[in-house]
Amino acid sequence: MSAPILDVQDLSIGFSGRRGQPALPIVRDVTFRIGRGERVGLVGESGCGKSVTGLSLMRLLPGTARIGGRITLDGVDMARASRNEVRRMRGKKIAMIFQEPMSALDPVFTVGEQIAEALRLHETLPRAEERARVIEALAEVGIPAPAKRHDEYPHQLSGGMRQRVMIAMALINRPDLIIADEPTTALDVTIQAQIMELLTRLSEETGTALLFITHDLGVVAETCQRMITMYAGEIVEDAPVDAALVSPLHPYTSGLLRSLPHFNKEKGRFAYIPGRVPAPLAMPEGCRFAPRCPHAVEVCGRPQELRFAGAERRVRCIRADELSLDGAVAEVPA
Amino acid sequence: MLNPLQKRMLRRRIVQAVPVLLLATFSVFMLLKLLPGDVAITLAGENATTERIEEIRRINGLDRPLLVQYGQWALNAVQGDLSESLLSGEEVTTTLARVFPNTLFIVCYAILLSIVIGVPLGLLAAARSGGLADRLVMVGSSVGVALPNFWIAMILVVALALNRQIFPATGFVSPWQDLSGAIWYATLPAVALAASGVAEVSRQLRSSLVEVLGSQHFRTLHAKGLPFRSILWRHGLKNVSVNLLTVISLLVNRTLAATVVVEVVFAVPGMGNTIVNATLQRDFPVVQGAVLVMVLTVITVNLITDMLYSVLDPRISQR
Repeated sequence: MSAPILDVQDLSIGFSGRRGQPALPIVRDVTFRIGRGERVGLVGESGCGKSVTGLSLMRLLPGTARIGGRITLDGVDMARASRNEVRRMRGKKIAMIFQEPMSALDPVFTVGEQIAEALRLHETLPRAEERARVIEALAEVGIPAPAKRHDEYPHQLSGGMRQRVMIAMALINRPDLIIADEPTTALDVTIQAQIMELLTRLSEETGTALLFITHDLGVVAETCQRMITMYAGEIVEDAPVDAALVSPLHPYTSGLLRSLPHFNKEKGRFAYIPGRVPAPLAMPEGCRFAPRCPHAVEVCGRPQELRFAGAERRVRCIRADELSLDGAVAEVPA
Repeated sequence: MLNPLQKRMLRRRIVQAVPVLLLATFSVFMLLKLLPGDVAITLAGENATTERIEEIRRINGLDRPLLVQYGQWALNAVQGDLSESLLSGEEVTTTLARVFPNTLFIVCYAILLSIVIGVPLGLLAAARSGGLADRLVMVGSSVGVALPNFWIAMILVVALALNRQIFPATGFVSPWQDLSGAIWYATLPAVALAASGVAEVSRQLRSSLVEVLGSQHFRTLHAKGLPFRSILWRHGLKNVSVNLLTVISLLVNRTLAATVVVEVVFAVPGMGNTIVNATLQRDFPVVQGAVLVMVLTVITVNLITDMLYSVLDPRISQR
């Protein structure tokens, strides 16, 4: 892999509580890289720390958050950079698309103005040219009658249209990396596919790397090259998508894949992972998944490292070599 | 300038204003009549005979049934005739034309002060929410709301007009004749009136700003890389402008009412003083005329506010 656009080392995130209360650790020991133009899926169930991780990359966490480790984005450590430095990176190098397009846009400004504002921060253009650029950006994300939409307010657009506007806004400065945090969860199923297709196509055309934060493994399978699985604030597996789908190395990844209703052979029964995620202050000392893991043995009570399993894969399971786990599919269709 | 929807709204509001005006003037009229004392006795002078008082009553139509008296007044008022003061004989319209601009001037001055001081304070408190500046502004605004404005007025007179003669203690200069003099004379009354205005504006602005600053679309603004000052001033202010407008319009109406007391303290020849004096002397045509103008002003302020809502927030359509 050439020099990665994003290099996250030993990231840990906690939230400091009220005075006297211990800080709440949410994420720990997160290390991963994203190459230029690469599309990576970050998956896991609600509350596993994937959204917090995404927000930390842009330093968008609230003031109570405590970040440890390094987040190197194009040579700048986002965890330690000054507020102004971080601000200059936002929009230009890294952009974000949020889950709720309904509430992510400012209701009292036209969508054109909101996109222009992002452009203006990094480029000074004459008014007419600026307007043309924004309309072009709206057209690029497939908004019909872009010149008319330019002067409309968010409440005049549908959910799908608003998400397209968010994408246009994120792309206007051609950033190196876009974080998309559940970009389609709030949308109709038919629109979801369109938005994912659009994001994939634009990533290919512009060479922008994408980090998809999602719990929808189908989306990851279709759009990403690599899949990082998080569980209880840790990365448990990092593998090329195809490999992860066919032969996951971590029992949790396997459990997630087998929980997909679509792939269930037995009708009328859902496969699921028994038990629940431990609370942040009551994490097991060893493997955090062990209490729910069907393959857990005594040795799993020891702390687990995220270790390499082959050149391109990493897994946080001591038994990865001896287990042969079910994936979602027997083999990847060509 | 106005679209058809706005025109329709304007027409409807004017029609709605009629019963409000009738009700307001009628209740004030009846309240005046309930008060003990009689303008005829005042007019007749000392040691007047009962016959003389009766005669004066008859001349001024004060012996007729109350409803007839009111009806006559209302009928004339509709035609623009607010009749004359029972005491001075001056046309009420002339009196009002002389004193109303003075009151309006002080009210506008006070509102301007409330905005110019209150808005930056509210922004500061919201930007440093939970910090020292925030707490100071909030404590200050609690004090500002709690202190009665006539008391502030008297303290100001003692401190800035009597002890150190920076501002004049009483009196007024018409803004038409001498603008800088008018500002000079109106400063203390305006400050006394603005104390609660500043408090109100900063407090309301802060709380609505804190709310929008934490909202999801403000996270988007941060993600875009916008500097905090532009997030606060441009997006913050525009997002809370509807709330702010509501606060200010209520403030205008309240300040208008508060001038009644403050004008007496500063001896300003305005609506407040006129109403107080006319009421004491049961000079009901003057009171009626003044109340009519006050109610009209409030209705106009409310109407302008409603029209501005749709300009400030595109989501509000004119119904």
